[in-house]
Amino acid sequence: MRPPRPRAEPTILHVDLDAFFAAVEQRDKPSLRGKPVVVGGVGGRGVVSTASYEARLYGVRSAMSTAEARSRCPHAAYLSGRFDAYRQASRAVMSLLRDLSPLVEPLSLDEAFVDLAASGHTDFSVAGVTEIAQTLKDGVREATGGLTGSVGVATSKFMAKVASELDKPDGLCVVPAGTEQELIRPMKVSVIPGVGPATAERLRRVGVHTVADLEALSQDELVRLVGQAHGTSLYHLCRAQDDRPVVAEREAKSVSVEDTYDTDLVDRRLLEALIDRYATRVTERLQKARLSGRTITLKVRLHDFSTHTRSTTLPSPTDRTRTVSRLARALLAEVDTSGGVRLLGVGVSGLADWIQEDLFEIDGTLAEDEEREPAEELPAVDLSRLGRDRRWSPGQDVQHEEHGPGWVWGSGRGRVTVRFETAQTPPGPVRTFLVDDPALSPRAVVDPAAEPEATRVQTEVWGPSEV
Amino acid sequence: MKFRVERDVLADAVAWAARSLPVRPSAPVLAGLLIETTSDGLQLSTFDYETSARATVPADVSEEGKALVSGRLLADICRSLPAKPVEMTIEGAKVSLTCGSARFSLQTMPVEEYPTLPDMPEATGTVPSDLFANAVSQAVTAAGRDDMLPVLTGVRLEIDGSDLSLLATDRFRLSLRELGWDPGATDVSAAALVPAKVLADTAKSLTSGAEVTIALATSGAGEGIIGFEGSAGGGVRRTTTRLLDGEFPKVRTLFPTEQQTIARVDRATLVEAVKRVSLVAERNTAVQLAFTSGQLTLDAGSGDEALATEQIDADVKGADITTGFNPQFLLDGLTAMESPVVELAFTQASKPAVIVGVDGPDGEADLAFRYLLMPRRLLS
Repeated sequence: MRPPRPRAEPTILHVDLDAFFAAVEQRDKPSLRGKPVVVGGVGGRGVVSTASYEARLYGVRSAMSTAEARSRCPHAAYLSGRFDAYRQASRAVMSLLRDLSPLVEPLSLDEAFVDLAASGHTDFSVAGVTEIAQTLKDGVREATGGLTGSVGVATSKFMAKVASELDKPDGLCVVPAGTEQELIRPMKVSVIPGVGPATAERLRRVGVHTVADLEALSQDELVRLVGQAHGTSLYHLCRAQDDRPVVAEREAKSVSVEDTYDTDLVDRRLLEALIDRYATRVTERLQKARLSGRTITLKVRLHDFSTHTRSTTLPSPTDRTRTVSRLARALLAEVDTSGGVRLLGVGVSGLADWIQEDLFEIDGTLAEDEEREPAEELPAVDLSRLGRDRRWSPGQDVQHEEHGPGWVWGSGRGRVTVRFETAQTPPGPVRTFLVDDPALSPRAVVDPAAEPEATRVQTEVWGPSEV
Repeated sequence: MKFRVERDVLADAVAWAARSLPVRPSAPVLAGLLIETTSDGLQLSTFDYETSARATVPADVSEEGKALVSGRLLADICRSLPAKPVEMTIEGAKVSLTCGSARFSLQTMPVEEYPTLPDMPEATGTVPSDLFANAVSQAVTAAGRDDMLPVLTGVRLEIDGSDLSLLATDRFRLSLRELGWDPGATDVSAAALVPAKVLADTAKSLTSGAEVTIALATSGAGEGIIGFEGSAGGGVRRTTTRLLDGEFPKVRTLFPTEQQTIARVDRATLVEAVKRVSLVAERNTAVQLAFTSGQLTLDAGSGDEALATEQIDADVKGADITTGFNPQFLLDGLTAMESPVVELAFTQASKPAVIVGVDGPDGEADLAFRYLLMPRRLLS
């Protein structure tokens, strides 16, 4: 078999926004600029999503428990995150990338690959691509109100990603064609995509620490060590042999509905009722569009920001509410939601224009839940209140009738403290109110590009990677 | 416990008994294989409270007794033994196995914690083993796999005198296989819902003997289970499984009584054509079949994606008809047939189609196996 060959010129660009969530917070909260900021689950079992570079100096890392982060860096600002603001910034960046080239593969809210070969540019010399990358970085800064991104350009996805890591933050690194192996040989094996802790440990036991060590192994040895598919892939990647294409749409078109809650939801019946409701909305949209789908996906974001998607594929496409709802409920059972759910979503993909009819109608004895009309038996909780619960979370945007816009600095004991400042103001004053002060209200991120409802026919990838 | 046995006979019986061991046993002993020796020979058993398997093997028994060892490990060992007689004995808490110069010492599990295997119900009748395996493999084609609809994951086995029928449906298609058998009593009438996977596996594994005995208790001892018995390697193989609860839907009446269009097509040509056209748009597309005089046109794909079309010869009687199916469901039915030609019968484009095999272009339709398939409905 011919080894995968990278491109002859550096035409793959990887962009990664620096400490994205934390950077958005520092942008919108002038008093936090230059100070340690940690975004993530602020509750007892919370996990860090993103730490600002100031916080990283204290050893705070993504995926660390918030409790550990607090002991390492007690004076940091701990914020629970504002996904609307992150999505808005992400959308601005992705739109810039799509202006650059039609071939953009978003990996998450803050990370994407761009295939420059599909752009209008033709000069792929080091100077040429450096200029493209620099223009892009300037554009990102302008479009997002000051966020920085690190850009790597190389002959393959693997190398472009390595390059963007090299010079972080605010980096720009081009790996000229032919210099790839030289660059990665001294690096740790974990630089290779697919080498996680388990593979790294297995390799360490046979004395492989660096990419150069890995290169010394034969393909047979590697396959014996980590399995056929993985071994073959490592054999080529450690030689910088990577020809994976940039794929503009990672997922087939789908129809999905999701919603975020201010309170973490625990009640199983409530979650199931919400799933029924979303399944109804999804299938209504499908039916209106005269579509059906084979794959049902459930998306759950937990209290600690970890996002789980589970999906199941039917033998034939469906547009039936009951089927979608039944399968989505079954998927919910695979996720441990005991810690609380912040976001639920139901999606249908693998779209088609036909459905498989039943030979006979199934009666209640065959499947109890087929009998039940979904979305009818909502528990005695007012669902409409879930979206606007008056529990103030740290970092949340608020508006005060007298003092104007600000953000929640902290709350407790019936009080909420607000700092009145925005991205456009200098650091502002702090004031404390009663939690039910009628003059204080949550402030939504105004995004002209956002669609009015959380329902959408989407092609983008779900969820950020930094969680 | 001490015995000596031929390697091939042992390996075969162990593999057969270990086949139904649970992957994730609810109790550790259920991963065990029970070895018992009596003056009659050797007996190997497994049981997971749902399905039991028991193989008797002729062996040279020098000491009676029993031991419980890991079934999977024993199967792996037996498979790789050299072709020499095997000797097994209990030595304290271990079982020692010697074959040629190879010697193994196996950990035992507490025999007293192992559940008692259910007794076989009374034999109801016998059927040639090859015929049974073939009939079951055809019938299970349409069985459901959705655990939320447990009734449809079973095959309904109906006995009416010397007629045996096997029915399965996942509510999108239905298979009905009818065969003759030799009942113990001519007036016997019974029905049972057997888990499709277990039935398929059992029927396939009992083909080394000439016939299979079906044992189904209608009342009293052994109610709620079904047993199958065959022979192999000079011994007897028995398996029992618990029947599924619930009422299987009344499906025989779904077969239409009249047809508007009957088409005969070369089976292999049609299978190849369906496979080819359904390559487009992955598995989300339906395949459309348009029957006109002398011709069948297959189409798949949608306007904004890839399209495929192919024409094949067909002997069409009656009105022209255009309909469509889930390609996989259609292929499942076509490949379950064994005859060179298939006959597809339609009433209307939105009504189920019946597929049967024909032994030649002008032959008689073979009604022993009928596959009923619901068409797709276009949304636009």
